[in-house]
Amino acid sequence: MKEKTKKIRLTSYGRNAALSYGLVTIAFIVMTILNSAGITTNSLRGQLVPICVYIVLAVSLNLVVGISGELSLGHAGFMSIGAFSGVVASACLAKTIPAAMPRLFVAMIVAGIIAGIAGFLIGIPVLRLRGDYLAIVTLAFGEIIRNILNVIYIGLDGAGLHVATSVEGLKLWPTGQVLLNGPMGATGIQKLSTFTAGYILIMFTLFVVQNLINSKQGRAIMAIRDNRIAAESVGLSATHFKMTAFVTSAALAGMAGALFGLNYSTVAPVKFNFNTSILILVFVVLGGMGNIVGSIISATVLTILPEALRQFADYRMLAYAIVLILVMLATNNMELRALIDKYTAKILGIFKKKNKSSADADLETMEGGQN
Amino acid sequence: MAKNNTKFETKLVDYAGHSLIPERDMGHFPVLEMRNLGIDFGGLTAVDNFTFTLGKTEIAGLIGPNGAGKTTVFNLLTKVYQPTRGTFLLDGQDTAGMNTVKINQAGIARTFQNIRLFDKLTVEENVKVGLHHDIKYGLASGIFHSPSYRKKEKEARERALDLLSIFDMQKFADVPAGSLPYGAQRRLEIVRALATNPKVLLLDEPAAGMNPSETAELMENIAQIRDKFQISILLIEHDMNLVMGICEGIAVLNYGKIIAKGTPAEIQSNPVVIEAYLGKKKEA
Repeated sequence: MKEKTKKIRLTSYGRNAALSYGLVTIAFIVMTILNSAGITTNSLRGQLVPICVYIVLAVSLNLVVGISGELSLGHAGFMSIGAFSGVVASACLAKTIPAAMPRLFVAMIVAGIIAGIAGFLIGIPVLRLRGDYLAIVTLAFGEIIRNILNVIYIGLDGAGLHVATSVEGLKLWPTGQVLLNGPMGATGIQKLSTFTAGYILIMFTLFVVQNLINSKQGRAIMAIRDNRIAAESVGLSATHFKMTAFVTSAALAGMAGALFGLNYSTVAPVKFNFNTSILILVFVVLGGMGNIVGSIISATVLTILPEALRQFADYRMLAYAIVLILVMLATNNMELRALIDKYTAKILGIFKKKNKSSADADLETMEGGQN
Repeated sequence: MAKNNTKFETKLVDYAGHSLIPERDMGHFPVLEMRNLGIDFGGLTAVDNFTFTLGKTEIAGLIGPNGAGKTTVFNLLTKVYQPTRGTFLLDGQDTAGMNTVKINQAGIARTFQNIRLFDKLTVEENVKVGLHHDIKYGLASGIFHSPSYRKKEKEARERALDLLSIFDMQKFADVPAGSLPYGAQRRLEIVRALATNPKVLLLDEPAAGMNPSETAELMENIAQIRDKFQISILLIEHDMNLVMGICEGIAVLNYGKIIAKGTPAEIQSNPVVIEAYLGKKKEA
C-alpha cells in the first residue's frame, strides 16, 4: 500500500517538471542543429528569441493567474519595465563588461530586480482587491507604466546617467547618447540576445516557478486560491502569499523583457500595450490555468502561428481567431481530453494517471466503509 | 497564572445586568472566556450577550435550533466577523484587534459547516498547509530546494502522515482532497485544523452527513484527540447522541441568545430548552 502511494507521489510533481525541462531542452537541441545545418528559414530564426520571451512571460503569468488564481491584465507593463531597464543597464555596462553573454545576464538580473520592485509597489494596492476589480486595476497599472515610459528620457555620457522628461532636459554632453527617447523608446540598442540565452532563461524560469509550486510557500499560494477563508483560518496571510507570487511573476517578466529589448535595435513603449498583456493571457488560458507545459506549448504555437498564416494575407487574424476557438473547444471537450491524456500516458509509459488514482481511492473508501 | 486562579472560582457572570443564567461550575482552568459577545448585521442582532467559558481540555457543545447563531459564534471566535460588542480572552489574553490569521496563530483552529478544503491540493498537502508555520525554511530555500528544504519537507510529510493516522487516512495522502468522499473530507478538515497546533478546536457540525456507526466512531476520535493533544474542543452539533455523549458542558442558543448552560443532564431536563426545540405546550 505504502509503495503504491509513493509511486503516485513521484509522478504528480516530478513528471510535469521533468516533462517541461525535457521538452524545452529537446526543442532547443533540435532547433540548434537545424540552425547550424542551415535548414531553418530566416523568419523562423528571427522568431526564436521572441518565442523564448513569450514562453517565459506565459509561465510567469501562469504563476499569478493559474497558481495564485488572480486575473492580471498588466503583465506587459512588467515586461516593458524589464525591457527598458535592461537596455539602460546594458548600455551602462558596455565598457565594464564587454563580453555580450555576461552583460546580457547582468542586464536581465537588473531588469528582474527593478520589475520585481515595481511588482511589489503595484501589488500593495492591487492585492487588496479581489476578482474582477483586481483585474481592472492591473489593466490600469499596465497602461500607467506605458504612459510613464512615454515621457521618460534617459541619457548616458561621461558624467553618468541623466533622467528627464524631455531631450533638452537631459543636458547631455555632445558625446552623450540618448538611451530612452520618450515615445520613440530605446534606439540604437546593441543586440545581445541569443537563442541560447533564451533557452537558459526559460530553464531558470521553469526551475523557479516549479520549485516554488512544490514548496511550502507554493502550497500556501494554492491553498489561498482554493479557499481563502480556510487558508486564513489555518494562519496564512492571503496578502503576503499573493504578493510572493505577484513579485516573482513580475521579476521573471522583467527578465523576459530584458531579453526582448536587447533583441532589437529599437523598442518603443507602444509595443507593450494592452494587446500584449492579453496576448500573454491567451497563452496561459489556452495552455491551461496552472499548466506549465501547456503554457510553453501554447506560447510557442501562437507565436509562430501568425507568421505561418501569412499566406492568408488579410484574413490572417481571422484564421488565428478561428484556430484559437477550435483549440479552446477541443481542450474543453472531456472525451477528447481523456483521449489525449490516455495517449500521453502511453507515450510516457506511465499508466498511473492522476484521475485513475483518485478513482482507485474512492473505491478503496467504499470498501473500507463496508468493512 | 495567578489571574487564572481567581477566575477559577468565578461562577456567576460578572457583567452587571447582562445575564441571569448562572455560570457553570466547570472544574477546569478556563482557556477561552467569551464575554458578552454580540454582533449586529445592519438592524439584525445575530448574536447577543454571548458569555461562556471553555475549560482547559474540556469538550463543550453549542446547540440550538437552525438559525440560532451557532456558526456566527464560531465566526466571531475566529474573527471572520469582528464582534460589535464584547470580547473574548484566549488563555487570559485579550483578542480584540486580532484578525483571522492572528487568532489561529494564537491558538484557535476550526472546521467549517460547509466543508472548505483546498480541493486541488492532495490530502497530504492540505495537512502540510496546516503545518505551514512549523515547517521552518525561507523563500529562497523553497525556490532553490536547499538541503534544509529537503529535510524539513521530509519531516513535514512524516508529521502529516502521523496526523492523518488519527483517522486512519494515510492511504489517501496523495489523493486530491476534492475527490475524497464526504465523511473523509470532514475528517480531513479536523486533521488540518489540528496541524496548526491549536489550544482550542472549534468543530462545526463534525457529524453532519454521517451514519450512526460513523458518528460513534467520530465520538471516540474526538475524545482521543482531546486526550492526545490536551486541547479544548467546542463543537456545534445537531446529533444529540454525540453532544450528550461526549460534552461535559453545553450552551443552548436560541435567537442569538444563550437560553441555558449546564451539564448534559441539566440541559436535557431544562424546560426552556425543550420549549425552544419543540415549542410550547398548548393550553387546554
